[in-house]
Amino acid sequence: MRGARRYLHSMSETTNTKLIRGRTGDWEIVLGLEVHAQVASNAKLFSGAAVGAGAEPNSQVSLVDAAMPGMLPVINRRCVEQAVRTGLGLKAQINLKSRFDRKNYFYPDLPQGYQISQFKDPVVGEGEVIVERDDGSTFVVGIERLHLEQDAGKSLHDQDPNATYVDLNRAGTALMEIVSKPHMRSSEEAAAYVKKLRTILIYLGTCDGDMEKGNLRADVNVSVCRPGGHDRFRETGSFSHLGTRCEIKNVNSFRYIQQAIEYEARRQIEILEDGGSINQETRLFDPGKGETRSMRSKEEAHDYRYFPDPDLLPLELDPAWVKAIEDSLPELPDAKKARLQSQYGLSAYDAGVLIIEQDKADFYELAARGRDAKLTSNWVTNELAAKLSASHQDFADSPIGPGAIAELVTLIEQGVISSKIAKDVFERMWAGEGAPGDIVEKQGLTQMSDTGELEAIIDKLIAENPGQAAAVKDKPQAIGWFVGQVMKATGGKGNPGVVNGLLRGKLGLG
Amino acid sequence: MTVLTDLTLKAALDGLASKSFSAEELTRAHVAAVEAARPLNAFILETPDKAVDMAKASDARRARGEAGRLDGAPLGIKDLFCTEGVRTTACSKILGDFKPTYESTVTANLWRDGAVMLGKLNLDEFAMGSSNETSAFGPVVNPWKIDRELTPGGSSGGSAAAVAAGLCLGATATDTGGSIRQPASFTGTVGIKPTYGRCSRWGIVAFASSLDQAGPIARTVEDAAILMTSMAGHDVKDSTSLDVEVPDFSQFVGKSVKGLRIGIPKQYRVDGMPAEIEKLWEQGIAWLKEAGCEIVEVSLPHTKYALPAYYIIAPAEASSNLARYDGMRYGLRVEGANLTETYENSRAAGFGEEVKRRILIGTYVLSAGYYDAYYLKALKVRRRIADDFDQAFGKVDALLTPTAPSAAFGLGENADDPLAMYLNDIFTVTVNLAGLPGMSLPGGLDAQGLPLGLQLIGRPLDEGTLFSLGGAIEKAADFQAKPAKWW
Repeated sequence: MRGARRYLHSMSETTNTKLIRGRTGDWEIVLGLEVHAQVASNAKLFSGAAVGAGAEPNSQVSLVDAAMPGMLPVINRRCVEQAVRTGLGLKAQINLKSRFDRKNYFYPDLPQGYQISQFKDPVVGEGEVIVERDDGSTFVVGIERLHLEQDAGKSLHDQDPNATYVDLNRAGTALMEIVSKPHMRSSEEAAAYVKKLRTILIYLGTCDGDMEKGNLRADVNVSVCRPGGHDRFRETGSFSHLGTRCEIKNVNSFRYIQQAIEYEARRQIEILEDGGSINQETRLFDPGKGETRSMRSKEEAHDYRYFPDPDLLPLELDPAWVKAIEDSLPELPDAKKARLQSQYGLSAYDAGVLIIEQDKADFYELAARGRDAKLTSNWVTNELAAKLSASHQDFADSPIGPGAIAELVTLIEQGVISSKIAKDVFERMWAGEGAPGDIVEKQGLTQMSDTGELEAIIDKLIAENPGQAAAVKDKPQAIGWFVGQVMKATGGKGNPGVVNGLLRGKLGLG
Repeated sequence: MTVLTDLTLKAALDGLASKSFSAEELTRAHVAAVEAARPLNAFILETPDKAVDMAKASDARRARGEAGRLDGAPLGIKDLFCTEGVRTTACSKILGDFKPTYESTVTANLWRDGAVMLGKLNLDEFAMGSSNETSAFGPVVNPWKIDRELTPGGSSGGSAAAVAAGLCLGATATDTGGSIRQPASFTGTVGIKPTYGRCSRWGIVAFASSLDQAGPIARTVEDAAILMTSMAGHDVKDSTSLDVEVPDFSQFVGKSVKGLRIGIPKQYRVDGMPAEIEKLWEQGIAWLKEAGCEIVEVSLPHTKYALPAYYIIAPAEASSNLARYDGMRYGLRVEGANLTETYENSRAAGFGEEVKRRILIGTYVLSAGYYDAYYLKALKVRRRIADDFDQAFGKVDALLTPTAPSAAFGLGENADDPLAMYLNDIFTVTVNLAGLPGMSLPGGLDAQGLPLGLQLIGRPLDEGTLFSLGGAIEKAADFQAKPAKWW
């Protein structure tokens, strides 16, 4: 019942159905994601071994990680704190009592023969994420739970033709598994959800969000049903209205998530339209071929024999400790977006672009102080963002600081330079030629607003082109030609507003 | 002349303190006893050179006035405790010649206090057994012998036999369902399983994590108290270790037990219990009455479910704990054509029959569709059993029961009947399920001249009362019998 009420509550901002046309009619996709996010922590979940990429194989392995006889796990407080912080960031219920279970299976990169996870009683319960679409509209994805678990090591199959090597550096590293409800309805929504989730995690400092390194990866559950099935599911909470799902394991880029979903939905529809049925199974996405393929069926699925880990006590959290974490939360993307809109008068779109990266938003706020908010936003999110992206740099290490952008915007606001000249100034700033004021001075780029000087140029121009001047009276838009000529004559420094006003007067356009 | 191997631990420590003999002399006497007792098969690894080196270092410390609580005391170590640089096998072929690079917390505590290691002691493979017959090194023979060779009990059979035969002054042991107390009962020694969490499990090869607990086997109650004082203590490396102060347990031995209320659980009067066991129990009751205790009948109504619950929970945990023995990183590896075959070959060759049986039982009871009916139900039973004890301890200070339903039986007698074997634990498993301290100490001999043990069960962390009561019974029983040396 609790679940059903929650669905009804979030119906106000329901997801968009994107129908797929099949031979026998329309279908809709239903998607739920399990995102694995590596916890930002210096040590592993149950051992003191260091965490970090780039180390020599098997150099970050403790006796516990290697499952030596008699070794015991001890929970890393920092990892629990990060999970709680994430839960709070997802507006989720924090379970003051949770438990660790063992998930038993054999594999060489799993030295204990079991993964310590939270099966029955996760540390974080239901929450939600508000996701933006490209058009600026939003939808809500319900979070089912978040639990802590250990990562496995890495099997290296490519080192030797006859042997597999195992690197245990990653074994025992803390992961947060964030399970969504099946609330997404298109591959775009799924990608947008992961993007938003990633942004929140980075804001919280609980995961670095590095998908290339696999520090954030998703298992995607895909099913298809006839139109209306998902709505009935949301109304009743009964999964019977949904199709049989397949789980696509370990997809680690936004593009692959979308490709995998598109392919998988199409595959399922074809099977159903041919009168077949979907086998619940685990599938793998092959990015090379853009296909998913079967990994193991439900019948072949492991029986993981979950049971409470007897080496660990139940995890009990002090409410005061949770409160302290809550009080230390940074301003999160949704709140920041709302504040940027109200404080700076930015549009939802502009604010949304700024908050995607915390550093970008911070940069913006430093630059925008006391200046034109929209103009500053444009310089930050267009010119500077493009340069940084092209040179693979971040706002945090931008060679042009917020003070310099602020100065540039001030020069434009004060009419010292035109927007066009400003672009030139910006190029020079990027090239390291100094502060914008100095560049303008050194290059003599100050905007020409002196009416006397401009009048002289305009008078000369009209005198030399009487035919054109006469034509303007019948065809006012031809004034553009005169503006262009004035700009050419001033080397682009003529203040466009002043030039326009003078021309209109002298050409009799009043 | 004093026979050094006949001394109690307490007497030996006094002798060392008074310089009546050196640690080296004491150790050499025990090394010789160990060598002479090879027919008992108690020690599966003798470390005489290490022992003598440790003894010499002890003498040097004592000369400097830096002797610790156990300085110079030669001990045997159950081969379930990882010992740095010294082969540790759990008496399983699967560990091969595994040499840990680390020392278990309990043994490290003993060396910290100056004890000397004589070697590693035999046990049932992975501590799974009640007769020491599942050991990959063959069974231990009980120094108490009648017309035939007897089991010393298990799983700490090597520890109990070595202490009873005078091969060491004391030994480490572990108890998951009775593995300290039943062998103590079968060999006329004193063994205590402390409250769960008193001793760190770090570095002890795991059998069933929620039940395993280390403790000492010794020749007197006081000796057991001295050893336990060193072994116990909080350890941040074991999350289930209790952060409580460790008293000097020996101060409780000899304390008056007058006015203590002793519970006699009626459910422990099981059908078919030998009259001699019944008689011993009555004798124990009489001794405590004479010492001024008040005897109260108590009820532990869920006792009959304890053994089945134990034989679900312990194998379930074991099936998971033993998954790490996969031939990949250490120990035995038998190659196959592919990964699955290598797993199968290694584990088939490495584990003995009883271990395989328990892994299968444990895997079964945790399987989808059976979990609720078996494992979950067993956890509920466990809760009820703990509640039974809670209720009883509202009325009494400790409980008195027999330790085992029989005296030592002949080697091979129950080997083909696992159920008969499991019944050995009937009076002891309840204590592990509830996490309580339990002590076994000799009460007397049966008609065949074999020792029989009495069990004292205490409140959580109230080992002190057990040592006081144990001291009172020990004094009253005046158990002086020793096995005749036949080896």
